[in-house]
Amino acid sequence: MLLALQGAVSQGILWGVMVLGVYITFRLLNIPDMTVDGSFALGGCVCAVACVNLGLNPWIALLFAMIAGAAAGCVTGILHTVFEIPAILAGILSMISLWSINLRIMGKSNTPLLQVDTIFSGIVKATGLPQSLVSLLFGLVFAVVIVAVLYWFFGTEIGSALRATGNNEDMVRALGVDTRQTKVLALTIANALVGLAGGLVCQSQKYADIGMGTGAITIGLAAIVIGEVLGRLTPGKLTAFAPRLIAVVVGSVVYFIIRAIVLQLGMNANDMKLLSAIIVVAALSVPVVSERLGARRAYQKGGAA
Amino acid sequence: MLTLKGIKKTFNKGTVTEKPALLGVDLHLDRGDFVTVIGGNGAGKSTMLNSIAGVFPVDAGTITLDGTDVTRLSEPQRARYLGRVFQDPMRGTAADMQIEENLALAARRGKRRGLRVCITREEREEYREKLAILGLGLETRLADKVGLLSGGQRQALTLLMASLNSPDLLLLDEHTAALDPKTAAKVLELTQKIVTENGLTTLMVTHNMHDAIRLGNRLIMMSDGKIIYEVSGEEKAKLHRADLMAKFEEAAGAELASDRMLLG
Ligand SMILES: Nc1ncnc2c1ncn2[C@@H]1O[C@H](COP(=O)(O)OP(=O)(O)OP(=O)(O)O)[C@@H](O)[C@H]1O
Ligand SMILES: [Mg+2]
Repeated sequence: MLLALQGAVSQGILWGVMVLGVYITFRLLNIPDMTVDGSFALGGCVCAVACVNLGLNPWIALLFAMIAGAAAGCVTGILHTVFEIPAILAGILSMISLWSINLRIMGKSNTPLLQVDTIFSGIVKATGLPQSLVSLLFGLVFAVVIVAVLYWFFGTEIGSALRATGNNEDMVRALGVDTRQTKVLALTIANALVGLAGGLVCQSQKYADIGMGTGAITIGLAAIVIGEVLGRLTPGKLTAFAPRLIAVVVGSVVYFIIRAIVLQLGMNANDMKLLSAIIVVAALSVPVVSERLGARRAYQKGGAA
Repeated sequence: MLTLKGIKKTFNKGTVTEKPALLGVDLHLDRGDFVTVIGGNGAGKSTMLNSIAGVFPVDAGTITLDGTDVTRLSEPQRARYLGRVFQDPMRGTAADMQIEENLALAARRGKRRGLRVCITREEREEYREKLAILGLGLETRLADKVGLLSGGQRQALTLLMASLNSPDLLLLDEHTAALDPKTAAKVLELTQKIVTENGLTTLMVTHNMHDAIRLGNRLIMMSDGKIIYEVSGEEKAKLHRADLMAKFEEAAGAELASDRMLLG
């Protein structure tokens, strides 16, 4: 059980990198970006092919995974902004195309990474620590660095224009920013993180699978809402930007712990997608329903007075 | 400063909902002109301002700002010339961002944005001083989210944002229409102050004829996509509401007459 939990935490942190990407599109840009399912698998596939077929250094393979993800996000962005395809549909089109593209890249539906070095294997060999602990530590370093970089970036002039785009596009255009550019940029950065996460997960689980990204968007959304609920329970309510990013990664870890527990309790792994969807629906509907109930109660009170 | 020549705009051209909104508008504003714009609903006032701002391309005519032909420039490309305040207080500011972040975004209007920090310490001090001038107590709330402000406070903030780094032309489209009379008066007072102090060239749409006469040095009246009446200086100062009402009736009457002619 303890081992399972450790595995869950390390998985949670690696997937947390993806969740940060989803956060950028979903919370800052207000777009639920379906590309994620495809770009996560793309990252995994590119990474596997780079390691196994091309025999590249695992770090270079990660870089490729990230660039591939970025390209996928850029395509979605262009479909949405230049051709004015609704954001969700643009994401779905990218996701569907990526399924075929990923199969082309790998040439088969999965690739094991058994005989090749990963970014984790060197440390595992040198220290004798278990793989899941090493990937946990690496994941932590990645998460901290990425949160720091995102915090810096969204505090710059471009980053601030990007946040404003998700808030009030009319205003941003009136202030001289081409919102098409900011949207493409945000989708590119977000999917770069998703691709990177795909590569990391591929190296830590030592295989890439064409279906590894299926449902990634729901995992991302579930992790975000869990993180936000946890954030609301803390004293400061986590309004500042950096704590919100950290909360999102924590949400991802909690998601994978819940998942590990549910699986230990004997639930089928395939039911997990249903559970994630239920978590997202619950988290998104609770505020709406409670507000409605609150309004009704307030009305009765007013009427009695 | 601003020259409009033969501006035409028809919405949904070639469909059943085709709607001619501007039928050839000519207008020239000199630097420092403060022009109030009046006219009935659907007269084309907002369409004229949006044409200047580049919200949509016009069908015909040319728009010149500060000597540059901007007719074919996109909305963001024209932003460097223009400060804008909209009727809806929600449209001018980003609700989930701080007051100071909104100001910092506006201060970079039309400038290249890079990877420099989005708001510097000196800027913050400058904004504090400028907010203090508004007299709404916002200078102590720099880090508050704009969504927490009232409509009037948001309009005052948008006005301040629009006036940062002196735009060549300030476009105000019924910017007090969504406010209660007292707040509207306050925002108008601020408008006048900001416009005079910065010597801004201004185009202000209003439905309040008293304000239209009282403020600015010129007045134009629009009807059916055309400018039908124009007055300035002394003559404008001497105008009365009744005069404007008569002009309105005249315009409406002409329309009725032409309708009758068509029917007859
Ligand atoms: N985006 C649009 N699509 C179609 N028709 C439009 C659009 N914008 C304006 N119109 C039409 O163009 C005409 C002029 O509208 P405009 O908004 O300029 O009027 P206005 O003078 O600002 O009126 P108001 O005082 O009500 O604000 C109206 O008939 C309006 O229905
Ligand atoms: Mg209007």
